[in-house]
Parts: sequence; structure tokens; C-alpha cells
Amino acid sequence: MDLVKFAEEALIEKKEFPEFKAGDTVTVVYKIKEGNKEREQLFQGVVLQRKGHGLTQTFTVRKISNGVGVERIFPLSSPKITRIDLNKRGVVRRARIFYLREIFGKKARIEEKRV
Amino acid sequence: MSGLIGTKIGMTSFFDADGKNIPCTVIQAGPCVVTHVKTKEKDGYSAVQLAYGERKEKNTPAALKGHFAKAKTTPKRRLIEFKGFEQDLNIGDQVTVSILEEGMYCDVVGESKGKGFQGVVKRHGFSGVGGQTHGQHNRLRAPGSMGASSWPSRVFKGMRMAGRMGGENVKMVNLQIVKVIPEQNLVLVKGAIPGAKGSYITIEI
Repeated sequence: MDLVKFAEEALIEKKEFPEFKAGDTVTVVYKIKEGNKEREQLFQGVVLQRKGHGLTQTFTVRKISNGVGVERIFPLSSPKITRIDLNKRGVVRRARIFYLREIFGKKARIEEKRV
Repeated sequence: MSGLIGTKIGMTSFFDADGKNIPCTVIQAGPCVVTHVKTKEKDGYSAVQLAYGERKEKNTPAALKGHFAKAKTTPKRRLIEFKGFEQDLNIGDQVTVSILEEGMYCDVVGESKGKGFQGVVKRHGFSGVGGQTHGQHNRLRAPGSMGASSWPSRVFKGMRMAGRMGGENVKMVNLQIVKVIPEQNLVLVKGAIPGAKGSYITIEI
């Protein structure tokens, strides 16, 4: 057995998130610290990629905020993430949809997957 | 000084209670077999020799075969002596990760990855020539002047120059032990350790 994987399982208990991949629209609910207070913040956008595996896996979410593209990389096992909501499943042909950075508006639409 | 011999498995990271991302190295350490015990009366100092890593019998010299037969164990690859071992051990005893505890600090010795023939910028941290302009065209990473004209008019011994880099024993000191998993003989230490994956390393405490 892969011993790194074994060690990772011993380190931390797994969190349950819905399955999502590149092209899906998700809302990430995460905790931020303001002074001494802690509150939750939302980040809704399209998943560009999932990277890595195991405890070190990350995912990138992109949204358009006030006409400016904003990307955020979240570590999947971060304790700051409380919840991930899957809003929409998208149909894309690749695992990493960086072409989304070059297009805006109508062209940047992603077809919704019909279940 | 107690210790263990092990293999570097790889690296990972995890989030601790404060939410900080801690990089750590996975080491498979032990079980090591005691193959020799040196005493102050007989050898002038006290030490314990540990063996680790399987080795084929046909690749073992006859003299070593006898040495391992004394400890009633199979031939091993690595034999390392630890001076002043804290536990009382006899020949044939096993040393496992149970001597380590979470939160302890240890040193890890390993052979660093070989880098081949490297210049002074990579090998000794020289800053190179500086600007790319003002007439420089082929000496951006050159070492510069090393033995001036009238005095000393020679190059001092030990002048840092280009050459073979890496492939030497490196000790990383004060690494915190994050976790010990006795079922698979695994130890997780905070930070990086020298060597490639699968290379032999020594943990000293």
C-alpha cells in the first residue's frame, strides 16, 4: 500500500463534500477572521481545475466580480472550509478549463449538464 | 543518543489545530536489529550497532554473514553505530518506532541528492556578476577575481570554486515529530529531510 496515503489517513478525518469537477459552479463557504471575530464568507464561481491528490489536493474557483475576473485557490482539506454547495453541473471537454480566462460574457457560458 | 535507521517515503502536508498548513516528511523507520553492543570495558566506549534493510544472502560477504548469524537475523543493508544508547539492549533485540513520541525533537541524517558539477552561484551562493549590460556578455554567473596581481599573486587554499555538489551527508537538526504510526513503522517529522525517496536515513534523538 502507498505509505504516504496511509499516513495521510491517520493524520486527519475526511470531510464530506459533494463530487465536483472542472466546469461546475460551486459556492464555497469558508471562515474568515476579522479582528477577534470569526464569520463565514461565500465565494461562488466556476471550478477551473482540481489539482493534486490526498491531503494536499486543491481546487481553483473563478468568478467575475464587478467586471474583474477573480480566482481563488482553496486547499480541499482546509479546516477553514465549512461547506461546499454544488449549484450547477457544467459540460466541458477538459479537466482544466483555463481557456475561460480569455473569454468574457456570452462566450464564457458553460452548458448545463442534464441529468 | 538513541536512534533508528529508516527509509524516506515522501512528503505531504496537513492542517494543524491552528489552521496552519504543516509540511511533513513520511519516514518508515525500523524495526532495527541490534547486531553488536560495545562496552566501555572492552572497547573504550559504549555504543550499539543497529542493522536495517533487507539484503540478499548471495550478495552478502561471508564475514558479514557470520556477523548477522550471531544476532540470529537475516542479512541487512545498513549497519550504523549509535554512541551512548539510552536503552539497555542485547544482541538480537529489536528497536522500533516505539522509542519515539509525538512532539519530540529529533535530528535526521541522510545523503543529499547529487547535483553533479555545479558553478559557484548554485554551489556557494555567489551572486554572479550583476547587470546584464555594461559590456557583459558571457560571464553572468562567473566567480570573479580570485587571486589578485601583486599580492597575494596566488589562489588561497580552500577558495570556493565550481565542482561536484550534493551527495554528501547532511544532518537536519531539531525536527519535530508530528505523528508515530506503529502499525506500519511510520514516523512523520515536520519539514524536509535530505535525500531522495527510498534512500536510507538515520533518526537521532
